[in-house]
Amino acid sequence: MKKHMIFVAAIVSAISFSLPTFADAGDSPTLKRIQDSGVVNIGHRETSIPFSYIGANNEPEGYSIDLCHKIVDAIKDQLGVSSLEINYVPVTGQTRIPLIANGTIDMECGSTTNNLTRQKQVEYLPTTFITGTKIASKMGSGINELEDMNGMVIGMSAGTTNEKAIKAAIAAGGLDIKVVTVKDHSQGWLALKTDRIDAYGSDDVLLYGLISKSNNPSNYQVTGRFLSFDPYALMVQRNDSTFERLGRATMAGLMRSGEMHEIYAKWFEPGPTAINMPMSSTLRVAFEVQALPN
Amino acid sequence: MNYNWDWGILFRDPYLGWMIGALGWTILISILAWIIAFSLGSILGIFRTSSKKSLRLIATCYVEFFRNIPLLVQIFLWYFVFPELLTDEWSRWVKRDMPYPALTTAIISIGLYTASRVCEQVRSGIKAVGEDQRQAAQAIGMTEVQVYRYVLLPNAYRIILPPLTSEFLTIFKNSSLALTIGVIELTAMTRQIEEYTFQGFEAFTAATIIYSLVTFTVMALMQQVDKRTMLPGSFSKGAS
Repeated sequence: MKKHMIFVAAIVSAISFSLPTFADAGDSPTLKRIQDSGVVNIGHRETSIPFSYIGANNEPEGYSIDLCHKIVDAIKDQLGVSSLEINYVPVTGQTRIPLIANGTIDMECGSTTNNLTRQKQVEYLPTTFITGTKIASKMGSGINELEDMNGMVIGMSAGTTNEKAIKAAIAAGGLDIKVVTVKDHSQGWLALKTDRIDAYGSDDVLLYGLISKSNNPSNYQVTGRFLSFDPYALMVQRNDSTFERLGRATMAGLMRSGEMHEIYAKWFEPGPTAINMPMSSTLRVAFEVQALPN
Repeated sequence: MNYNWDWGILFRDPYLGWMIGALGWTILISILAWIIAFSLGSILGIFRTSSKKSLRLIATCYVEFFRNIPLLVQIFLWYFVFPELLTDEWSRWVKRDMPYPALTTAIISIGLYTASRVCEQVRSGIKAVGEDQRQAAQAIGMTEVQVYRYVLLPNAYRIILPPLTSEFLTIFKNSSLALTIGVIELTAMTRQIEEYTFQGFEAFTAATIIYSLVTFTVMALMQQVDKRTMLPGSFSKGAS
């Protein structure tokens, strides 16, 4: 009888000890944190349409948010749990890095440009969108390229990669263009609407988003060549290659299976905000290249 | 915390120059706005205690209007709404041809807002000097202007030196609201460095230290002013 009990106890403990091999956070601090709390903290933007914004039902939604949900599914499989609570944390351009660094959010699902300077601070998952700086102006303003703007005023959001690119282009071309910085896109748009500026420079996808939301979309145009190259990607914490690999594997899987194209179509062709941006050939190739085999 | 500290960023080109330039804008906004606030506030404070009912009414309306609307809203109204109320020609001038449109708007709106607060301080200072002093001055045949010039104001300013000091420190910190209309002052520049380098902790620490240093300097200066202007046997106990 006693022997029997020991045997049972041995089996029970064997099972309980062996369980973590199925549901393993491994050496990943992020996965460990999620396993301990049962909560995934997703950082989201509030007005990055249609990537990450507050939707009609007051919940964050968008292209990047959908992609993050796929990663949450992969985390569930990895940890062997049936459900994880999702906690949405709003972030801004200024708070996203500190919040990733101190572990308040496990991933950032917004519209963040991946560049090498920023990679000193965070890790990026594969590129999910490719955009670049263009300029929006009123129809009939005669503005096509930055070079057409001699003697005029251009606005852009302070501290963005666009600001850098436009200032560099103005300096390179020796152009006489007055520069006005604004705090965010909505203010930049207001400045364009009230003629404070002649053109507003930003990522082209965001400009299309602003136009689609304005009360008279046919009044505005997006023109010019790309003045910068801005690949967007989701952000995760540095020094956590296990979690980063999980994210990469998830994204590669989506790109391989073609599910990525469906999610893209859902938000961009034409998408709930009528932005209507068919997938560019560059992005199509980027998805193919990043669809690594298992 | 998984963060790559790099304090050297603050001393590297071009970031060091950016911070110094931005501090310059912050100081410029604060001082020019303070000149507006102090002169207008003093006049309004005198109006508010004057014997003429119409002057009291003007000052009261001003204070109620400017003190009760949040400063951020006022800056937005001056920057975005006010030019639309003007004629096309003037509207264009304000929006385009005026020197530094955003900076000028910020200085004026912060100055006008703080004037309402200075006005209340001046009023309380004058009240603190006391009605009997006013009556005594009038009894020896002083005109109302002379009463203010030689009796009420010299004492009132000495009494309100400490609260005026903190009002000036507030204007210095309020100057950061100018970033909301695109003026790249110290806080805005800190954010910009954060966006460019992702070294936000270092940049914001630097901004904190710079703001503190400036406010400590102002406090030390005002303490000296307080000491030098103190009258024997008066209420003055030193600025803090």
